[in-house]
Amino acid sequence: MMKTNQEFLTTIEQPGRPEIPYTTLNLGPTHPATHGIFQNVLQLDGERIVSGEQTIGYIHRAFEKIAERRPFYQITPLTDRLNYCSAPINNMGWHLTVEKLLGVQIPKRVDYMRVMVMELARVADHIICNSILGVDTGALTGFTYVYQWREFIYEIYEEICGARLTTNMGRVGGFERDFNKIVFEKTRKFLKDFPPVWREFENLLSRNRIFMDRTIDTGGLSLERALNYGFTGPNLRACGLDYDLRAAEAYCSYEDFEFDIPVGTTGDTYDRFVVRNEEIWQSLRIIEQAMLKIEAMEPVFHADSDHYYLPPKQEVYKNMEALIYHFKIIMGEIEAPVGEVYNAVEGANGELGFYLVSDGGRTPYRLHFRRPCFIYYQAFPEMVKDQLLSDAIVVMSSLNVIAGELDA
Amino acid sequence: MEEIQSEQLQQKLQEAFGQIYDIQGDTFGVFNLELPVNQVFGLILHLFRDNELGFNYLTDICGVHFPDQKGKELGVVYHLQSMRKSKRLRIKVFVPLEKPEVPSLTGIYASANWMERETYDFYGIQFVGHPNLRRILNMDEMIDFPMRKEFPLEDPLREDKADYQFGR
Repeated sequence: MMKTNQEFLTTIEQPGRPEIPYTTLNLGPTHPATHGIFQNVLQLDGERIVSGEQTIGYIHRAFEKIAERRPFYQITPLTDRLNYCSAPINNMGWHLTVEKLLGVQIPKRVDYMRVMVMELARVADHIICNSILGVDTGALTGFTYVYQWREFIYEIYEEICGARLTTNMGRVGGFERDFNKIVFEKTRKFLKDFPPVWREFENLLSRNRIFMDRTIDTGGLSLERALNYGFTGPNLRACGLDYDLRAAEAYCSYEDFEFDIPVGTTGDTYDRFVVRNEEIWQSLRIIEQAMLKIEAMEPVFHADSDHYYLPPKQEVYKNMEALIYHFKIIMGEIEAPVGEVYNAVEGANGELGFYLVSDGGRTPYRLHFRRPCFIYYQAFPEMVKDQLLSDAIVVMSSLNVIAGELDA
Repeated sequence: MEEIQSEQLQQKLQEAFGQIYDIQGDTFGVFNLELPVNQVFGLILHLFRDNELGFNYLTDICGVHFPDQKGKELGVVYHLQSMRKSKRLRIKVFVPLEKPEVPSLTGIYASANWMERETYDFYGIQFVGHPNLRRILNMDEMIDFPMRKEFPLEDPLREDKADYQFGR
């Protein structure tokens, strides 16, 4: 049960001061600066935060229960809606999990195509997180300036799969079709025109007096506490550990790429901002390498496994066998082997894991999403303790808590 | 980073605890272990403290329900990770439906707090020693534990989606 306001009105005693009750403030559920629907009940001493308690679950949609009724292909749209800022990473993570269970061999070129898409998604996610952190400190200009490049990445998605936000991209075993020429043209334009814009955005904020005053030494967490709280991704790297799943447990042929892992030192809001900035540069490096590799290879875009990969749509219209296979796969008639898989990918904000238990049926027996936002948000009261109310906003913003992923 | 092999890990665990667990070996790169409920806290504390193995990271806790396993209906699945040795470990504990009690790990890992609340919310597993065991994603007034298999997602009286409609 939620505590009532009366229970929160405890008192503090200080010598020479009359007893002052703490003020209880509801930050959220629908506050314009909380980036989603979650409630923080803060106790304030003046403007200083004494303690906080969160309530989540306002947009809980029971994805894990729904997944128990759906064949594997129909779970991809559910993963889109976890972290909707970087939906393709979730899609690929889910497909990699199913491929692991089914034992499908993926051609190298498909791996590179996936890497390219995932890194584009990571760039889009970091653009949103960092530019909105700027907005929370009062710099709206940077946000409006770089946001068009997120739209541009959405245009690249659109060329790949036809959708923009909830992409539902890819299939178990590869992609629905090959990347067309426009994908490469647009990506090349992105690699050419985006870096100067991003450099300008960095210059706007990273040495800005106001921004530095607001973010340095706010919301810091020691590495030990961060590990104890289960942090991963940029938020852990900002604390000083160079742990990245792309390097530590390379999946999807990430071992073929050259990139660095940026780390911070103190784990405060400024470090998280800088780590995300640097990750964008590394992602751009990876995209460039991936594009060169893809273009140099034979146009293979899916694994050669008739049982699990959907037949081409044109065949389905004309060929009876293809129609039967299409139907059997979509309706989940082809059974998966018995087993349990845990597969994790480096999502844009941390380790996104899928724990899948299969009993040999047409749907997962149990599917659990290990969502990084759910893990981060728990540490929020400890991070904002003894800080000012305005710091709570930038800390929450820099943690990159996405409500869709928090609640699943 | 020096990787640890599954055989080494198995040997080390047996040195510390003797031949007491049901070790199931590797499945898809994760080392599997099934434990009786009274041993789980001791083993995880040992893994947390042992600097050589370095399993200082709790990745995930989730529940699972097998209605047909008599006396072992509800399960809790722990995923631990050793970042230094690049190794993952899965520990499974099964408890009966009548008395679903599992020790809480909140004293070891701060991250266990919400994960255990989520597992309680969905499966009704009581984590003994948890400081604040209440629902987290569903509403407080709810009395069911919705992820259990006896709560079907769709109306069971509907016939248009039954298996025989699809020739199964």
